[in-house]
Amino acid sequence: MAKVKDRKLNDLLITGDQSYGSIDHSVGRMVLDQKIHTTAWFKWLTVGVMGTGLLGLSIAWLLWQGIGIWGNNVPSAWGFDIINFVWWIGIGHAGTLISAILLLLRQQWRNSINRFAEAMTIFAVMCAGLYPLLHTGRPWNAYWLFPYPNILGMWPQWRSPLMWDVFAVSTYFSVSAVFWFVGLIPDFATLRDKSTNKHAKLIFAILSMGWRGSNQHWHRYEQMYLLLAGLSTPLVLSVHSIVSFDFAISIVPGWNVTVFPPYFVAGAVFAGFAMVLTWLIPVRKAYKLDHLVTDRHLDWMAKILLATGLIVFYGYILEVFYSWYSGNFYEYKLLIDTRFKGMYSWAYWALIFCNGVVPQLFWIPKMRKNIWALMIISQVVSVGMWLERFVIIPMSLTNNYLPSSDKPYYPSTWDFAMFLGTIGFFIFLMFLFIRFLPVINMFEVKDLLYKLGGKKEYVNQDETVEVK
Amino acid sequence: MAHDWSDPSGLYALVGEFNTPEELMHAAEAARHAGYRKMDAYSPFPIHGLSEAIGFRDTKVPWTVFMFGLLGVTTGYTLQWWTSVIDYPLNVGGKPLNSIPPQPYHPIFNAKNFERASQDKFFLAVEAVDPHYDAKKIEKVMKEHGAVEVSECEY
Repeated sequence: MAKVKDRKLNDLLITGDQSYGSIDHSVGRMVLDQKIHTTAWFKWLTVGVMGTGLLGLSIAWLLWQGIGIWGNNVPSAWGFDIINFVWWIGIGHAGTLISAILLLLRQQWRNSINRFAEAMTIFAVMCAGLYPLLHTGRPWNAYWLFPYPNILGMWPQWRSPLMWDVFAVSTYFSVSAVFWFVGLIPDFATLRDKSTNKHAKLIFAILSMGWRGSNQHWHRYEQMYLLLAGLSTPLVLSVHSIVSFDFAISIVPGWNVTVFPPYFVAGAVFAGFAMVLTWLIPVRKAYKLDHLVTDRHLDWMAKILLATGLIVFYGYILEVFYSWYSGNFYEYKLLIDTRFKGMYSWAYWALIFCNGVVPQLFWIPKMRKNIWALMIISQVVSVGMWLERFVIIPMSLTNNYLPSSDKPYYPSTWDFAMFLGTIGFFIFLMFLFIRFLPVINMFEVKDLLYKLGGKKEYVNQDETVEVK
Repeated sequence: MAHDWSDPSGLYALVGEFNTPEELMHAAEAARHAGYRKMDAYSPFPIHGLSEAIGFRDTKVPWTVFMFGLLGVTTGYTLQWWTSVIDYPLNVGGKPLNSIPPQPYHPIFNAKNFERASQDKFFLAVEAVDPHYDAKKIEKVMKEHGAVEVSECEY
């Protein structure tokens, strides 16, 4: 009985002595054996719950008082709300890139990280969606955004990028959620069959919708999964392009730029991969998943960070170039007076440092293998991507055509409270996900093991490790 | 023969267990060659080639997705067209009310007979922004040099 151990696993996408059963065990036990979750899990969940509470409080106070509690005021009608909206939605993009684009490109290393990244996408879009909704000031009238026959006889303005946003983000959320759930069905079936707890078995039986791994199921599943990937691919590119149109279609200096769509999409993937690394590194350590999420995965993710980081940095260089080359006085004034030496110039230079300089460390192979370097650089990139949106939004709004625009923007305590609140809410959802859903796509990794192990070889299924 | 579901007893199938996908695939092929059609295979992950081995072919999913996609496109476009052309026409930036995606455009395409520029004729255009623009004089020069026809072309 030749084991996978005897075979040289191609590129170390799965390490150690693995069988189908051992993969099910190492992922499934996180759901089925609730005892393995230590107090660390509970502490982090508490942080998440507290953050969610802060978010609830901020929203309640906002609804009671109105958006005057935020720092937004003319000329900066957009502030933290839009910065954070763009930041969160960008973070979500890594999930769709991994699950859809890498699937179409037949990149099999996606198999062990796609579930995690997709969960992140959904939670990040939930956080993102809150901001524009609350920014409307009267979120209970949010249904006005949708086309429905009403007594005013009015329709949405189809030529406004803000309208495109409504459709892009809501479609993005629904497609991501369907994609995620469809991918979970076969794994729910595995959990149903492995589970010994009566209640867990019932819940997974309902969620798996009677999945029995029949060839007909797989046949239709694969057709559907490929089609969903085909639909998500243009979607992931268009969502952030449309977010960039919110800016690029206006005439505000620093916004009216044709490079915005590709530069925003690259920035989104950049931020998303940074967030995936931030979560995967501690989770794979805490739950001993480093045989499935290997150093090779981290290395490739770091390379994607480097590549998208270079595109983003190119965008920054281009911004400097066109403000000179356009011959537009206001573009030039924005660049010199606000970005290079204004009161917010620290944010601009910190942005260049975080997103332009620091990721260049990934040229060094050792850095891509060093857990601490990966963790720290990922956090730096997350900060950098937040600063990028800060540089774009208040900086342009407080320095443009009229002297009356020269009024600084100061975020209020509630702006920070709500931002921290969404981070807490994200942590809360992620920790629930880690405990109650399979964090790695088990059947795709089994499929990968089969392909890597060589088709003729024997990968024994009898050795299923029992959950204690 | 359809199964009588009210009868809890009776035989559903004969089921074989295999250790590897290859063995399953070969068994399925053999069963198909032996003439069996009412069968299905079960596996923990998708196995490519198994559908062919069993003889299962199905395009319901792609067709459904395509038809619903078509329905979505039609509904979405009709909604936008009806609301902004019929029900509530609103001039935004002078754009046409029914603005389908733009086509590559150049005013020279409006010139008479211009489609032959890419086939077998030769054209010279003097632009109206030229400081010395004088229609009569240009026409005379062109005619002198053999122009078959001289016409004005508008934006």
